[in-house]
Amino acid sequence: MGRSTTRSLSLLLPAMMLGLCLAGWAQSPTYGLGKTPSEEEIHAWDITISPTGKELPPGSGSAKEGAPIFMQKCAACHGATGSGGVAPMLIKPPEGSPAPKYCLSPCINAANVMALHSPYATTIWDYIHRAMPFGKERTLTPDEVYALTAFLLFKSGVIKEDDVLDAQTLPQVKMPNQDGYSLPDWKHATPRIFP
Amino acid sequence: MDPTKPDSKRPDLKKSTDSKKTSRRKFLKGSAAVAGLAVGATVGGISSANAQSAATPEAQSGQRAKDLIAYGQRSPFVTSVRIPTADRPGPDAFGMTFHVLTPLQDSVGGITPSSLHFVGTHRGSIVPDIDPKEYRLLIHGMVDRPLEFTLDELKRFPSVSRVHFIECLGNRSKPDDITVQQTHGLTSCSEWTGVPLSLLLKEVGVQKGASWIVSEGSEEVMGAGSIQLTKAMDDVLVVYGQNGEPLRPQQGFPVRLLVPGFEGIYNAKWLRRIKVVDRYYMTYNDYGHISKDPKVFAMTFQWGPKSVITFPSGGQQLPGHGFYQITGLAWSGGGAVRKVEVSTDGGQTWKEAQIRGAVHPMAHTRFGMDWKWEGQECVLQSRCTDVLGQVQPSRAQVAKFFDDPPDYYKSHGVQGSDNAIQPWRVASDGTVHNAIA
Repeated sequence: MGRSTTRSLSLLLPAMMLGLCLAGWAQSPTYGLGKTPSEEEIHAWDITISPTGKELPPGSGSAKEGAPIFMQKCAACHGATGSGGVAPMLIKPPEGSPAPKYCLSPCINAANVMALHSPYATTIWDYIHRAMPFGKERTLTPDEVYALTAFLLFKSGVIKEDDVLDAQTLPQVKMPNQDGYSLPDWKHATPRIFP
Repeated sequence: MDPTKPDSKRPDLKKSTDSKKTSRRKFLKGSAAVAGLAVGATVGGISSANAQSAATPEAQSGQRAKDLIAYGQRSPFVTSVRIPTADRPGPDAFGMTFHVLTPLQDSVGGITPSSLHFVGTHRGSIVPDIDPKEYRLLIHGMVDRPLEFTLDELKRFPSVSRVHFIECLGNRSKPDDITVQQTHGLTSCSEWTGVPLSLLLKEVGVQKGASWIVSEGSEEVMGAGSIQLTKAMDDVLVVYGQNGEPLRPQQGFPVRLLVPGFEGIYNAKWLRRIKVVDRYYMTYNDYGHISKDPKVFAMTFQWGPKSVITFPSGGQQLPGHGFYQITGLAWSGGGAVRKVEVSTDGGQTWKEAQIRGAVHPMAHTRFGMDWKWEGQECVLQSRCTDVLGQVQPSRAQVAKFFDDPPDYYKSHGVQGSDNAIQPWRVASDGTVHNAIA
């Protein structure tokens, strides 16, 4: 009896310790460094917009509202027609137009302006909001960003001039290249399909 | 002087004493550095002419001597510099720097000096000046405990130092490029010091269902990109050190992400935020890389095996016949370099080169081969094989893979990530030329 209790304990103890260790890794920090930010702080930091649009703020805009904003805040660099300026092409120019002087990375040309090449309209909203206009980044209101996104999509033939984009409708926009990508499966120490 | 001949020793000793007196007077008048060198030169028996020309009072007096005490500088005779890429001037019309090429033709060993590390910025950017006291890194999203770290807190975590290359996807050799700086100058290699991202992710507790992270810089465009969680947990580092000192501002001071073997753009500089998510986020940085074929898409994440001869390379001139070492760099995003071969006959025959330095996974590896040049015209090239057995392809092999005409890449840059073999033609007059075309 005594022997069997000892044996079962000796079997149980390592299992219990292992269980505690695993629980410890999963549930509590090891180093206890860093500060826990408040929900408000995280919200203020987080400008990344998912293809689902779950982070999109309230607001709305249409291409009609976007046109004058584009002329006022974008045309100086991107050109009045959205191409041919010193900054990257935003609207595909008519056939036979000269190629852009510089091809930025990712190389923006007629085939891959954001409105045609990105599988999601959220990419356009995210980038205008985080990175434009040059030198005055993150000064546009959500309404202005919705309107400018709508303007670029309208000019690329993706939506209609009166379509209103907001947190609900923007992620629903059917993009021309929505099936244009697959997800790569990266694994440690795995050769590429072609060296 | 010959110590076995006492007679000859005496005059030398006397001369030395005289010199010391002269040096003493110089010391009293002016620079301590000059006096130190003069005394050392005489006592050590170094040719006094050399010592004097290297240590004139004018050369090392005043502010320059003070500057050299505080932070060392290279010799004024060393003039190797970075240059902006030809296809976009830097600084540009907006005052932004885009891509700056490292002078590989002058490189020795495997490490790139921090001051010569290539610069790539996504849209082009103005380098931010971040006060390290104000710096914060936020890790949040699908985690149990979102956390915000100061730089001092990051430095309290157990650190690692690893040697890794960073290479920009735009590093494409084109037929018009003359030098190896122009063909291959968007790759560099440093010893990086920081915290494994896996350690920080365990600290915040990644939740079930998470599969990607989105990293974000704090430059004006706040460049963001998606990385597989498998990679993030594997070998990605959050680094604050480069080659024994803090990161350079152009390399992301005070903190950047280091994603070994991945295309340069994933190595977010001025790192401010990591968001753990459950899907590919298709950021602006991401959408330019997408491909319908997941295996081709994966090629833009991980660099293939690559190498280039840095001497003799385009634009250089062999001064005459005789012995040379052919030398260059090899690296791979798949792991360590296993073997480098060199051909001196345009790829008809290959010989295994020597590895002439340390071999680290996903790091520049110096190779070399002894070579005698007798004035013959020849084409030199190198070929890297990595630990995964991947062999660096020729431009013709790349054309075949992408279903392009066989000679297509004799007149175009290679699509995707260019890791093709680089040929250099040595003409009979000793000049060296890009031999892609």
